[in-house]
Order: sequence, then structure tokens, then C-alpha cells
Amino acid sequence: MMSSEFFTTWFLPGIWVTIQVTVYAAALGAAIAFGIGLARTSRLWIVRFVAGVYFEVFRGMSALVLMFWMFFALPLFGWQLVPMWAGVSALGLTYGAYGSEIVRGSLAAVAPAQREAGVALNFTRWQRLRLIELPQAWPEMVPPFNNLLIELLKGTALVSVITVADMTFAGNLLRLGTNETTPVYSLLLVLYFVLAFLITRGMRVVERKAKAGIGQTPQKTGFITRKLSARGESVQAGSQSAGGMG
Amino acid sequence: MSWDWNVVEDFMPRFWDGVLVTLQALVIGTLIAFVLGLVWALAQRSSQAWVRWPVTAVTEFIRNTPLLVQLFFLFYVVPNFGPSMSPLTTGIVGLGLHYSTYTAEVYRAGIGGVPVGQWEAATALSLSKGRTWRAVILPQAIRRVVPPLGNYVVAMLKDSPMIATIGAFDMLGEAQAFSNETFTTEALTVVGVAFIVVAYPASLLIRALERRLVR
Repeated sequence: MMSSEFFTTWFLPGIWVTIQVTVYAAALGAAIAFGIGLARTSRLWIVRFVAGVYFEVFRGMSALVLMFWMFFALPLFGWQLVPMWAGVSALGLTYGAYGSEIVRGSLAAVAPAQREAGVALNFTRWQRLRLIELPQAWPEMVPPFNNLLIELLKGTALVSVITVADMTFAGNLLRLGTNETTPVYSLLLVLYFVLAFLITRGMRVVERKAKAGIGQTPQKTGFITRKLSARGESVQAGSQSAGGMG
Repeated sequence: MSWDWNVVEDFMPRFWDGVLVTLQALVIGTLIAFVLGLVWALAQRSSQAWVRWPVTAVTEFIRNTPLLVQLFFLFYVVPNFGPSMSPLTTGIVGLGLHYSTYTAEVYRAGIGGVPVGQWEAATALSLSKGRTWRAVILPQAIRRVVPPLGNYVVAMLKDSPMIATIGAFDMLGEAQAFSNETFTTEALTVVGVAFIVVAYPASLLIRALERRLVR
């Protein structure tokens, strides 16, 4: 069984590293998701094209391969990244690409009359976006962002492969040291599940706030379940389109 | 940094070996995911609570934990009290099991998306249970199910390099081994490009399917 010394020197910091990687990658991913998502609704075709290429390339890429490439191949081009930042960038870049589709889809789902009303009131494009479209699109974005955030949390386990000392890395160290595998990996799985659960609860609160902001009450859902409703899945089929998550 | 085409050329034979292993994992993993997912979905629709609850709990747990750790679990823990499998077999089982929990949701949504009126009409026409499923429900559910299932196949392709971490020689495994032996990195770039080259047409294909099936 794992000694308490090991637990405090490797496992607890590992949990903290996992949380850090999740938060940093989510921040980078959110910035990219909104940047690319908005660029894909631009009026200029060249902006749409460049954003579209980014989306297709990073969505088609395996996060693990990208991470390896950034860790092993990029230094030879002259950029040596700290392992953690190689991991964070790889995760942020890929999950940002998935997120851009959520942003684009939710913006497109805002009723056209709302946009036209903005035009009629002589709002600038930026004012329309900030005051009319985004506030209405935001509550629609939260549930798919929750799913994406959990995919991201699961993706952070990959950073252990490029020597970042997250909790999976600590688990592997313990396996090499003691050969006691059952408790370690069971504990790891439970920890990830608990983190995913906390994220889902947190996002539920965000969703309630967002819906209240536009005068809607969210529908009641089960305790743990973050299951997509039948509508959610068909919307996903329609807007999130090919490539999927993960 | 110099790019050396000779290195790429040396890597190519092993690259194709890796492609074969990746494809093998993908095809068998997909089959497992599709079949097992249907089993989960039907079990979750069961009228018996003692079937419904455990299955829902297990699939939620598998879906919310990382595939990488599940692979470690299958490879290092399961042999302690169960069968010990080769890295590739473990990888295939892991991929199939993990994605079956996603496909279960797809089937569930597809079947649930068929309007209630269709069930009622089948009852009104006094169709048998088998006939209701075969002639009324499934043909309508399939249309909704195919595009998201396709998405998950592409997602599985992108997760397949994870099986290299437990020692399977898929595309990434071969690239890693080659890079370590020759102190080069071209192989990794080749594999990265290969993923985009495969995934992009695949996603175009799924989008075309979506347009045809979902109307």
C-alpha cells in the first residue's frame, strides 16, 4: 500500500498539477474557442477561411500526437517548452478547436430577428454581438462546454506521458516502485470521477445563472447525470458536426 | 532544424506497420463499441431497476474517467485477478469499452428521439413487439444514430495513439521507437500529418452522410 510519505510528496501535488493543467488549458481553450468561433462568423472570407483551416487541422489532430510533437520535435525548431506548457498548449489548442464549433453553432442558433432588430436600432456589429447575440447564445453554450471541460479533464492524464508530474504520473511512479497496482489505479479512476463530478456541479450553477440572466429557468435534471437530452444529441449531430470530441 | 527526407524514407516501412495496427485497433474497437453500446442502451431502457441502475452507474463512471488510466488499469491491474492480455488486445478492449459508453448515449438518444406517436400508432395497429422495432422504430432511429456514431469512430481514431503508452506498436508507438533509435523527430511529424490526412476526409464523409440522413 502507498506510504503516507509518498502520498504527500507525489500524489497530493499530482492532484494539484492536474487541476492546474485543467484550468490553464481551459483558459487557453476558451480564448481560442471564442476567437476562432467569432472569426468563423466574420464577413471577410479570408478570416473565415483561416479560422476554418485552424479548426479542421486541430480537430483532425490527435491531442497525444500533438503533445509528443511539441515536446520532442518543437525543440529542434528552436523552441524548448517546459513539459507542462507543452501539455497545456497541446490540450488548449485541440480543445479550443472543438469549442470554436460550440461558439459558432450557438451564435448561429440565435433567432435571426434578434440580429435584424439590432440592425434596425443602428447598433454597430460589435454592439450587436456584445449586447444581443452573445448574451442569448451563452446559456446555449454552457452544457456543451461542460461536456468539453470533462473531456479536457480526461485529456490532462496525457501530460503524464511527457513527464509532467500530475496524478497519473504519480500513480505510474508508485507502480514502478511497489508493484501494488490495484489500489493506485482504482484510486486514480475515482479521483478523476470526483473531479468530473465537481466540474459538472459547477457548470450546473453557471448554467442556472446564465439562464436566469435571460429570464429562463433550467429544466430539472438528475443528480449526477449530465446526459444529453434527445434534443441535445440531435443538436449535437446537427451543429457540432463531424469529428466529434475527444 | 533540418528536415531530412531520407529519415522519412527509412521510417516509411515501419509507418505502414503502425498504420495496420492502428486500423486493426480501430476496426475491432469500433465493432466492440457499437455492439456493447447497444447492450448498455437497451439495459438502460430495461423495466427492471436492478438492471438499469448498475448499468447507468458503470457507464457514467467509465465515461467520466480518462481512457489512459483505464488502459493502465486493464494492463497492470486486471492481470492480478483476471486474464493477462497483450498490449494491443488491451488497447482494443480499452478503446471499445470506453467508446461503448458514448455510443450507448447515441443509441439512447436515437431511440428516444422517435416520436411517441410512432409507438402509439404501432400499438393501435396491433403490431407485434418485434415488428414494432423492426418496421417502425429502428428505421427511424438509424437515421439519427449514424452521423454521431461516425463522429465517435473519428474520435476513437484520434484516441488510438494512447495504446502506444502500454507498449502497442501503432502509428505513434512505431514513431516513438524509431525516433529513439535514430535520434530524429521526422517520424513524429509524419504521424501527425497522417492523422490530419485521414481525419479530415473522414469528417467530410460524415458531414455528407448527415446531410443525406438527417432531414
